[in-house]
Amino acid sequence: MMPRSTLFAAAALWSLAPAVIAERGSDGHVNIIYWQAPSMMNPYLSGGSKENEAASLVIEPLGRFDQDGALVPFLAEEIPTLENGGVAEDLTSITWTLKQGLVWSDGSPVTSQDVKFTADYCMHPEGGCAKFAKFDGISSIDILDERSIKITFEQPTPYPYSAFIGAQTPIIQKAQFENCLGERAPECTEANFNPIGTGPFRVTDFRPNDVILMEANPQYRDPEKPAFATLTLKGGGDATAAGRAVMETGEFDYAWNLLLAPEVLGRMAEGGKGQPVAAFGTMIERIELNLTNPDPSLPPETRSTRAEPHPFLSDKSVRQALSMAIDRDLLVEIGFGQAGRPACNLVPAPAIYASDNTDCLVQDIEAARALLEDAGWTDTNGNGIRDKDGVELEILFQSSTNAVRQDFQALIKQWWSEIGVATELRNIDASVFFGGDPSSPDTLQKFYADVQMYVNTFDGTDPQAYLAMYRCGNEPRPETQWQGANINRYCDPRYDELLSELAAASDLKERGSIAKTLNDMLTKDSYVVVPLVDRGRVSAHSNTLGGVLLNPWDSELWNAADWYRIAD
Amino acid sequence: MLTFTSRRLAFAIPTLLFISFVIFMLLELAPGDPMSQLPLTVPPDVRDRMREALGLGEPTHIRFGKWLWQFFVVEPLHMIDAAFGTGFAAEQQRVISWQTRSPVMDIVLQRLPQTLWVVGLSYVVGVLIALPIGIYSAYRQYSLFDQLGTFISMVGFSVPTFFTGILLIVIFSVKLGWFPSIYDTTLVVNSWDSFVQQLRQMVMPVSVLALYNAAQISRFMRASMLDNLHQDYVRTARAKGLTERTVVLVHVLRNSMIPVVTVIALGVPQVFGGAIITEQVFKVNGLGQLLITSIQANDLPMVQTLTFIFALLIVVFNVIADVLYGLLDPRIRYD
Amino acid sequence: MACLIPASAMIDRSTDPAPIPPSSQWDDLWHQFAAHRGALVGAILFAIIVLTVFMGPYFWTLDPSYIDIRARNAGPTFAHPFGTDQLGRDTFARMMAGGRVSLSVGIAAMVLGLVIGAAVGVTAGYFRRLDGILMRLTDLFLALPLLPLLLVMVMLFREPLSANFGPEAGIFILIVAAIGLTSWMPTARIVRGDVLALKEREFMLAARSIGTSNVQMILRHILPNVLSPIMVSATLGIANAIITESALSFLGLGFPPDFPTWGRLLFDATDYIQQNPERVIWPGVAISLTVLSVNYLGDGLRDALDPRIRGR
Repeated sequence: MMPRSTLFAAAALWSLAPAVIAERGSDGHVNIIYWQAPSMMNPYLSGGSKENEAASLVIEPLGRFDQDGALVPFLAEEIPTLENGGVAEDLTSITWTLKQGLVWSDGSPVTSQDVKFTADYCMHPEGGCAKFAKFDGISSIDILDERSIKITFEQPTPYPYSAFIGAQTPIIQKAQFENCLGERAPECTEANFNPIGTGPFRVTDFRPNDVILMEANPQYRDPEKPAFATLTLKGGGDATAAGRAVMETGEFDYAWNLLLAPEVLGRMAEGGKGQPVAAFGTMIERIELNLTNPDPSLPPETRSTRAEPHPFLSDKSVRQALSMAIDRDLLVEIGFGQAGRPACNLVPAPAIYASDNTDCLVQDIEAARALLEDAGWTDTNGNGIRDKDGVELEILFQSSTNAVRQDFQALIKQWWSEIGVATELRNIDASVFFGGDPSSPDTLQKFYADVQMYVNTFDGTDPQAYLAMYRCGNEPRPETQWQGANINRYCDPRYDELLSELAAASDLKERGSIAKTLNDMLTKDSYVVVPLVDRGRVSAHSNTLGGVLLNPWDSELWNAADWYRIAD
Repeated sequence: MLTFTSRRLAFAIPTLLFISFVIFMLLELAPGDPMSQLPLTVPPDVRDRMREALGLGEPTHIRFGKWLWQFFVVEPLHMIDAAFGTGFAAEQQRVISWQTRSPVMDIVLQRLPQTLWVVGLSYVVGVLIALPIGIYSAYRQYSLFDQLGTFISMVGFSVPTFFTGILLIVIFSVKLGWFPSIYDTTLVVNSWDSFVQQLRQMVMPVSVLALYNAAQISRFMRASMLDNLHQDYVRTARAKGLTERTVVLVHVLRNSMIPVVTVIALGVPQVFGGAIITEQVFKVNGLGQLLITSIQANDLPMVQTLTFIFALLIVVFNVIADVLYGLLDPRIRYD
Repeated sequence: MACLIPASAMIDRSTDPAPIPPSSQWDDLWHQFAAHRGALVGAILFAIIVLTVFMGPYFWTLDPSYIDIRARNAGPTFAHPFGTDQLGRDTFARMMAGGRVSLSVGIAAMVLGLVIGAAVGVTAGYFRRLDGILMRLTDLFLALPLLPLLLVMVMLFREPLSANFGPEAGIFILIVAAIGLTSWMPTARIVRGDVLALKEREFMLAARSIGTSNVQMILRHILPNVLSPIMVSATLGIANAIITESALSFLGLGFPPDFPTWGRLLFDATDYIQQNPERVIWPGVAISLTVLSVNYLGDGLRDALDPRIRGR
């Protein structure tokens, strides 16, 4: 996680287009389409990535991740590290310094007051801030001078880059949001729709869930940027339509998140007006196996809790056989094309955290059958389904409603039937499945099924919090109102010990090796989590739009200031 | 007639209150959660805080009471304030959307123009096509025109709009490049050019919806005409020596319009409900898109307000349909 | 409340066609029906569709859920006359399987909606005291948003229904009930309007004067006279149900994902409209043909049932 300069990115940019016209607003208008429309411009009141990304054009954090996951300073002069003295030796504080001469789009100067206010705004107990977790563990924020601020943590924090980093926690203007603290946060409609920022653009017209019109920020710190004078960010429709508008009709310049079947995407690219681009982050489509028994006949107090171990998924051979029967290459080919690659790891990136585990990549139906045979699972009653001690290998497989997931479910059902496992499929509306309502039986957390498929990822580049989800005791259960992130109800004391070691380790190499071990314990050692596909981001830009660097770690629009029109 | 209308309207108030309560309870009971669209990386305790901030911690009846107060008292006051520059509403909280944290009514008003332009116009066009087709098809039952009309209207009705819409886009936007595939809601019509542009972007969504509407209404028109064409009074009218035109267009049409008026009047609230699928296909982002996105995001104040406005329109248009009966047939007496 | 008296009520009804030689009522109906060419064609076409969809699987034995990944996205071939989908499943087999579901849903939901709509409409029109309350109930149902209603129904009833009838039959009942319960209102309003008008006619007075009971009045005199709007509603109802089901599948509230229906096949295929146009054509044609044939069938039935044009 060493900060790196943007030199590399800049060089790539220049080689692509030597003829960038260096004047603000000289390239006219740019059209962006997000098929899910942003509902506001304040990322603190909305957790969705569409809002984060739209807001990233206007408000900026101290530092961002670049397209390779390295930290680059935005409003900060540099990224504080142990080496440059920005991070205290005892790892309990970090000191940021703002760039010289920064001004808001209304012309007033950006000061450390604004940075501190941003934290106060989000950490207010009644504000319902969606990014509250980013400020977790901060004990105090002190203003050192006009441009410097010191964040002190409650305990030594080896990875201090959470608050004010990335699209999730940009700096907002104190003067504008001063009266919007806590309970009053939702009343500031004007501020939430049209925040004053430091970014390359500012809002001229905001229509929630429909369209945002922007113009170049006259106060932007680089006088030559942005190249576009105005910008439209249109929302609505679906991914197919967005791709079509960029690559086939050429009405739009940039389309976000085109999760489409590879053949469809390929066909669109033949339209010749634009091209898809892909980049990989840490998004893993996986199957999670339930280690506890979801049998509906069990009382609600013990159903799907650790009190009732699963009748057959608690057997590692069964779990391993289920994983071996899956052809991940084919899943990628069917579902994601260039936007996916087969995965065996829960943590696929950054490189220092990614384990070299590749065993699962080859489908081996024969070996899976043999494994089940050896473990005593045979078809004793001739119904085509393996059983042992009266327990049949019948699986209820649930997922959220989504065309690609349903194709995956159908394929996996067929592969599992080849090894003698019967599968019943179920798809649940995403708003219910991910809703977490404790009274609904169909949530991800309740896991009233044997296996379930969904995608998860982690923010930024540090996997500690992500791996800590599988801590013993963190499983959803009735006593916690079914809250908790240990979805498979995994519990291994050694895993928990290693997690504590990770939390204390400050050396990157050491952190990497612990994270790899943890990843392997969940995947190839126990097959509790069966990763399927490493999903990238796919977006498309028109052939006349230059400067796009697809960034899987931060907002896709992170470098919109550098975009320009390629003359044809 | 006046007393009838006013009595119907008075009776509508308890009905509407009851409807709003049923809708509220329905939304309460529905599973799903406004936090479901958040990424899984947002931890549960943060979600709880966000729920609290939305007022979800309060008991149901208090939230229902609050909504009633806000919708029936604060919103009208606010409208008066906006119109006359008074200050009745003062600092009172309006109905606030959970998704956008802005007043629901502002967004509804913002969405109205594009919905009326596209969905409203398509309804008018649909009715204008449907009536003559229905009348002529019935008059020349089983003629080539009738067969063709029946065939086209059935195809129009049986093919879902998500399919016809995409077909039109592929042909006219992708292949021919005649019309834009994305509707620009920010377009201001203030010159000939912008008017032409507005027409171009409306052609496809309006024709898709008009075809669908015309298909339905022409079927009802035809059936109703057929019923009346064989009535004895028609024979009497012809026997009196009235011209065929007078018989069909005055006598038969007037009586045939009664059920058709019901259908047309009941269809008008649907216009304000928007066209969920067509709006999505052409990115019109009108009221239909607003409703569906709010349902998906579990934005209860928005869904509650939209469906209630919808209910209000339905009740009002039912009254209008009944009053229209009287206009179409002066002998109808209201007692 | 409104009392609707169409002009026709003013005229004596005794001028009907000359007495027909005695023959059974059903013979009459059949003759009238068979003379209607469109109706006959519609009936035959509908019978062919129903037979293909329900009997076809005995002759075309390919499993609609069998995945042959090597043959995916294939056009029509000898092995797959309708081509295959993105997973290599046989489209012909899926069309038949989908047709079974779509037709059953369409017919069942239409019948349910029709029964409720006609019952409410006739009751409201005939019994004045019930009119206000029933029409307000109609308003209530018209105003209910379909999607949250469905979500609630799915949440409350899916598990018990799945437990009692199995997952597929359970969701079938749920969807039929949902579509039926949200589509009867136009029928009810139209029927009520017609009944209000009918009630004022002389033959009703005559029937009542000879002491006909309410039930007899409704069955003998009211229902046959409101049959034509009901028939139109029925034909539109089938189409409506098939299309609503496709919208539900699209929203994820429909049948399980590995369970094809025509609406779902059509929706899944729209993304491939340029690569594999035949995938859109099959379900589109199937839905249109079904609706069209049912419509002609309904036309013929209505004419056959209408005593005034019988024998013309």
